[in-house]
Amino acid sequence: MNELSHEPVLQQFPDAVWDEAAGAVILPLGQARAVAEWLLGQGVDYCSNVTGVDYLEREVKEKITNDAGKVETITRTEPSRIDVVYHLYSMQNKTGPLVLKQRTGRDNAEAESLTPVWRSCDLQEREVYDLFGVNFKGHPDQRRILMWDEFEGHPMRRDYTEPFDYEWEPTPHNEILEKHQKGKVIV
Amino acid sequence: MSILGGGIFKGMAVTLRNFVSSYFSKERLTTNDYSWRPDGALPQSIADYPKEEGEQLRDTTTVTNYSRNFPMLLHDGGEPMDTVRCVACQICERECPPQCIYIEKDYDENGKYIKRPAIFDIDVSVCMSCQICVEVCPFDAIVMNSQFELSTPNRFGGLLVRRDDLLKSNDYYHQIHPEEAAARDQKMAAEKAAKAAKKKAAGEKAKAAAEKKAAEAAKAETKEGAE
Amino acid sequence: MSTAAAPNYELLQQDGLETSLLEVSMGPHHPSTHGVFRMDVKLDGETVVDLQPVFGYLHRNHEKLAENMTYLSSMPFTDRLDYFNSMSNNWAYALAAEKLIEVEVPERAEYLRVIMAELTRLVNHVSLVGFFINDLGALGTPLMYAFREREKILDLFEQASGARMMCNYFRFGGLRNDVPEGWLERAGEVVDRFPSFLDEYEQLLCENEIILSRTQGVGKLSRELAVSAGVTGPMLRASGVAYDLRKVDQYGIYDRFKFRVPHTDGDVGDCYDRFMIRMLEMRESIEILKQALAGIPKGEIMGNAPRVFKPKPAEAYGRIEGPKGELGFYLIADGSPKPYRFRVRPPSLINLTVLRDMCLGGKIADAVIILGSIDIVLGEVDR
Repeated sequence: MNELSHEPVLQQFPDAVWDEAAGAVILPLGQARAVAEWLLGQGVDYCSNVTGVDYLEREVKEKITNDAGKVETITRTEPSRIDVVYHLYSMQNKTGPLVLKQRTGRDNAEAESLTPVWRSCDLQEREVYDLFGVNFKGHPDQRRILMWDEFEGHPMRRDYTEPFDYEWEPTPHNEILEKHQKGKVIV
Repeated sequence: MSILGGGIFKGMAVTLRNFVSSYFSKERLTTNDYSWRPDGALPQSIADYPKEEGEQLRDTTTVTNYSRNFPMLLHDGGEPMDTVRCVACQICERECPPQCIYIEKDYDENGKYIKRPAIFDIDVSVCMSCQICVEVCPFDAIVMNSQFELSTPNRFGGLLVRRDDLLKSNDYYHQIHPEEAAARDQKMAAEKAAKAAKKKAAGEKAKAAAEKKAAEAAKAETKEGAE
Repeated sequence: MSTAAAPNYELLQQDGLETSLLEVSMGPHHPSTHGVFRMDVKLDGETVVDLQPVFGYLHRNHEKLAENMTYLSSMPFTDRLDYFNSMSNNWAYALAAEKLIEVEVPERAEYLRVIMAELTRLVNHVSLVGFFINDLGALGTPLMYAFREREKILDLFEQASGARMMCNYFRFGGLRNDVPEGWLERAGEVVDRFPSFLDEYEQLLCENEIILSRTQGVGKLSRELAVSAGVTGPMLRASGVAYDLRKVDQYGIYDRFKFRVPHTDGDVGDCYDRFMIRMLEMRESIEILKQALAGIPKGEIMGNAPRVFKPKPAEAYGRIEGPKGELGFYLIADGSPKPYRFRVRPPSLINLTVLRDMCLGGKIADAVIILGSIDIVLGEVDR
């Protein structure tokens, strides 16, 4: 299948960044809807997959060349973020995929909804709202989709802990739980 | 069709054909034929369902020799715990997707680890017979059984199958899954032969190296003696 | 349901009578909703005024479970996503994971993968047609004929992989084990007898006036809405777009087989079109199966994938043409034996985007038929 090139996007919107490692275009803040509408005009008419990825704050080791010209390894803190990833294809031209990412922080996570452009983002953005807590501006019907309406918390986040409402019943599983707490079984 | 309802009549002809020929042809019967019984007959009375404690006889296994249902530990005959293949390495416990295996190693009087499991429990209410434990076992010690008659009235411990119930002999394995057991035996024999050949080659290499070293040492001695 | 004190009800004036809308929950326990699926319908008489689908009753958070398990250990869980087509789900996951590492799948394994996938497609479409006609009211007869054929194929799956439905057969780089002796001949027999079964099935169903009058014109889906809503699979082809991933992506060895992709003009994309597209797709699957069974070589089953699957940090999106639509797996690897992010793109969930659009204005009985023609499986919708 033919590739859908990201070059035209970068030319049309100079603020967009191409992330080589992930193979994705990082959309600039506030321009996501404009990029999407431009892409729809170009024939990219099928949004296949919308999902969220949660990154906690972590330390990243990188090799850079310092001022003296030597290569050294530094450790820097990568800030936490939530990515909303879109996989786009073109059904007319049978090309694809083009990967777009919207980046937002973990507190007050907000992103622009692309539902008015591609209708398939409707239920999938609701799922990202439900499981990750990202608020989509402009979504016609944002509410919880997989968890029940009164649920609190966002289960897919990396730091989510389950509430202690477990109904205890004596089963052999408890021994496995104890072993896990002693660190002998990786769960 | 020009008459209204013609399509329905055609459909009813199909139904009639299926109904009548289901008495004659096995094709049309919607139930499986009992090809796993040696005489091909259905059990007629309750006495025809052989059942023993522990071992499952072949007549009550499912349709083919290929179906899998809950694991079992293999031993090579005789007293089960003498020839058990499992060394309690706990790889299957780690890899099991629903985490239904519980293993504890066996230690002798001095506290040294001997290569046997002291406790090996599988919670068959959780086990989904996915066969991952069989795949990751490096010792061919755990394989799939095909017993499905495990119902018990004891709710809290009856579905926890302990080590002694899990131990079955290699002959039983040949009985229920002949092709798979033969392939596994062949693979184990091939691995053993390869290991023995490698050891022999390593032994010969070490011997040759030792001889070479002795020859050099002797040469150095004579050289020193000459000087 | 009392109309007096309920605050949500609007009181309408119709012919001088005070009436109100009836709110029905076609609730999770329902024989026609194909699983634990709920539709909150607001009815004006028998006409649907509003419809909200509610799901999540089978949500097991497969995506989070997979973050704590190795790549191989989440293969059995992919069986349980769309539990009718476990072989296809396995293939989609294996495809995505094989994009993360460079491994070559041997020829015989590729042919067997295609055979298993097309057998799964037969199983799915024939069950779907059976359930669809069951929802219409033909209590059981076409369903049982379909299940009779499905049993034959499930026997084949049991002989190949050990289990009828939850096969867990595919591995990264190949398959778990080779098919036993005689399996290819038995599969050939099943495939040879299938067309005559399909002829009989079509004679039973396709000219039946009841089916024609209940499914034609019901649940129309226009081409633009289908493409924009991300609908894929037979539903998309019934709305006029000839987009089949086996021809577009050509994953596996599908470029070696000659087969057609049935699709309509796109004038109407109603339930009858979807039903007929599935019947035609079954015939095309049989063509592929015949070619694959004839051309399968001897050889290895497993490529040389590493024993411990630890890919370097990368992302991959692997998708296949599952029987229900495009099933995709999005994997983010970070160098450890466990995936960082495991995402399932469920075709059934995306196809449900247009349920409300298709049902509004129709009768309540049509809502059941439209849901049946979308072909959902709740294991996949909720994951």
